[in-house]
Amino acid sequence: MSAIARAETARQPVLEMRHISKTFGAIRALHDVSLSVHAGELHALMGENGAGKSTLMKVLSGAYRPDAGGEILIDGMPAATGDPIKARASGVAVIYQELSLAPNLTVAQNIFLGNEPRRFGIVDRDQCTRRAREIIARLGVSFSARDMVSSLSLGERQLVEIARALSTNARIIVMDEPTTSLTSRETDRLFEVIATLKSQGIAIIYISHRMEEVYQLADRVSVLRDSGYVGTLERADLSASRLVSMMVGRDLSAFYKKDHRPPDEKRAVALSVRGMSDGRLLKNCSFDLHKGEVLALAGLVGSGRTELARLIFGADRHISGTLELDGKPVTIGSPREALDAGIAYLTEDRKELGLFLDMSISDNISMGVLARDSRAGGLRDFAAAERRASKAVADLSIRTGSVQANAGSLSGGNQQKVLLARLLETEPKVVILDEPTRGVDVGAKSEIYRLIDNLAKQGIAILMISSELPEVIGVADRVLVMRDGTISGEVTASQGEPLSQEKIMELATGAAQQ
Amino acid sequence: MTDKATEISAGGQATGTSRRLRTAFAALGMLPVLVLLAAGFQFLNPRFLTETNLLIVTQQSSINIVLAAGMTFVILTGGIDLSVGAILAASAMVAVMVSLVPDWGLLGVPAAILVGLGFGLINGLLIAYIKLPPFIVTLGSLTAVRGVARLLGQDTTVFNSDLPFDFIGNGSLFGIPWLVIIALSVVVLSWLVLKRTVLGTWIYAVGGNAEAARLTGIKVPLVLLFVYGVSGLLAGLGGAMSAARLYAANGLQLGQSYELDAIAAVILGGTSFVGGVGSIWGTLIGGLIIAVLSNGLILAGVSDIWQYIIKGLVIIVAVALDRYRLQAGART
Repeated sequence: MSAIARAETARQPVLEMRHISKTFGAIRALHDVSLSVHAGELHALMGENGAGKSTLMKVLSGAYRPDAGGEILIDGMPAATGDPIKARASGVAVIYQELSLAPNLTVAQNIFLGNEPRRFGIVDRDQCTRRAREIIARLGVSFSARDMVSSLSLGERQLVEIARALSTNARIIVMDEPTTSLTSRETDRLFEVIATLKSQGIAIIYISHRMEEVYQLADRVSVLRDSGYVGTLERADLSASRLVSMMVGRDLSAFYKKDHRPPDEKRAVALSVRGMSDGRLLKNCSFDLHKGEVLALAGLVGSGRTELARLIFGADRHISGTLELDGKPVTIGSPREALDAGIAYLTEDRKELGLFLDMSISDNISMGVLARDSRAGGLRDFAAAERRASKAVADLSIRTGSVQANAGSLSGGNQQKVLLARLLETEPKVVILDEPTRGVDVGAKSEIYRLIDNLAKQGIAILMISSELPEVIGVADRVLVMRDGTISGEVTASQGEPLSQEKIMELATGAAQQ
Repeated sequence: MTDKATEISAGGQATGTSRRLRTAFAALGMLPVLVLLAAGFQFLNPRFLTETNLLIVTQQSSINIVLAAGMTFVILTGGIDLSVGAILAASAMVAVMVSLVPDWGLLGVPAAILVGLGFGLINGLLIAYIKLPPFIVTLGSLTAVRGVARLLGQDTTVFNSDLPFDFIGNGSLFGIPWLVIIALSVVVLSWLVLKRTVLGTWIYAVGGNAEAARLTGIKVPLVLLFVYGVSGLLAGLGGAMSAARLYAANGLQLGQSYELDAIAAVILGGTSFVGGVGSIWGTLIGGLIIAVLSNGLILAGVSDIWQYIIKGLVIIVAVALDRYRLQAGART
């Protein structure tokens, strides 16, 4: 603490964010977060998914206006908030994960896109190229100002984004997970450029989940958790265990209740996955899922959890790997075949991939079993659909006036229950739940946990993908952790010891290798 | 707690009622427009609302309604079928040519339907299994099938003044023209398939959210194959109807831009262009609006050129009003 205080008095920070809070309706996305960054410093920002990092950066870039009481100081002077153009003018540039370049234009054109140097109202191409060359020279990169962006690699395109930031005289550059889609050589190149930028006195806020990058680059690390500020570590004080415990250290809520008996070694294997690869991200994933077990699949966003689930369900094609269901090999080439075999999948994106918003709740629930219910000549059995829907509404306490109402009229939690009801109508033996509580309120959450517990009690095998660690710890019997398309490890509860959040986080971020 | 529960269910009830009202409104859809148009034309020319004229209107609209019924299946899945006019021409050619075969002339009708079905299935295979965009596939078959239609008669008009199934085009049953009976049967049958069968629900599901349908275990390609097959088959039926009415068929001229009238009928009927929402009854009303417009404008003595302009504007205005009405309904 005293070290930070000394640093702060020694130099005036180029950027200070003070007491930033942000609420959306009733949801608190940021609560009293303060952050200061010095010129020439690389300040890493860490935290779980949803901890508030992106919101904080959106406040900085002017996309969001902070709640009253929060202020942003640049060079000690209060800066305008909630105005992206003024934020850029005051020297803030954000480089997002999805690049925003026009591939059909040259590097120089992209650097000055929307900000072209003009003479007599006409774009001054010579000046454009000349200034682009100067900036590129500052970065020391290999492509030229006249190259088409479409001919550049992903890593080079990122450097063009940085060049664009420099063209507006940015002094504070935010990089949001910049290495996610880069090769290791491109990553090295980027790090060299980052060193150059630092030497030129530019402050960098670096958002990353990867421990090794943070170790290599960061001068200081700040951690956010649950929309709040946890603390800042100096480079000298960095350690994996300290960072991880800062990121996850919260108490378990009371609403996780396990009634089902965790399976022991002798419990039969329901689903056995061996050597699954998709030729892109996933490499050689293998695991066993037991009857009556809740197995969580943890990992960071982009680690390949959803991709693995979709492969097992036959929604995407696998290039290698085998499945065994109840000890018998099965081949699954489509969702239909998976459902027929007894594997059901709840998508993480219920609006885009799950619901039929313009159709009735009843139709939504029965959609997977219409053919089974049908009468002669393929005629619908509406009474059966009504029965299923009424039962599901009662069993899962779906709050609606009528089962004939459109699914689109329901709240998020009730929509999720409709999807769960549809999945259960197919009488599955193995259930894959992808983020089953995403975007649902606390009440619906605990109801969904109870449902998962009940299914396990009935002997159904459950694979649950979740990005919320407390949920993983609270609901699962065992945890598989994925990282970079492979299963990087397994965490089990042992001798009355609960599942360890720290262990999961270490496996997910790669901190275990340090 | 109990208070809250009743409150919630009461609220649900209320939205349920207004929802039903809104559905009723949506089902009514363009009917008021049709009634208004008819009243207006009656005002301009009292001959409009006579039995003879109404029979002419329904007869003239029958082929378009048959095509539009098939188009409704396709558009409900979020697709489009531009080839129905060309398929109608080719099928009509086949119908007349088969009718010339001694003793087997009646087979002209099933032959036409089968030819239509065949072309429709080819469209469907390309769209469902090779995953080409419907617009491109049917734009291609619009041109190619038109060529086939011309090829069939060596680019001449084929006649049969002694057509064995001419009653379809010119006969009546209890005073109702066969064309009208066929069109109404097609509409009722379509309604049955869309609203009463499993397949019908799948069609709405695929149009509403194709990826969700696939993940729910629906065989999406099969559904697509079916709808393009139906559209082709009904275009074939339209070809037989057209041949029966004219005692002749011409591969070059017959069915030109019929696909546009069919699409207009579907859209006027309130079916969503992106799929998933719509009804066959709307299509029926849409088809009738188009027929009433053509007929009424002729009776009112409007020139051919102005008919085009007015028809186009009415389609745009009617759909704009419909959108506005639905939005207003959604807001309350």
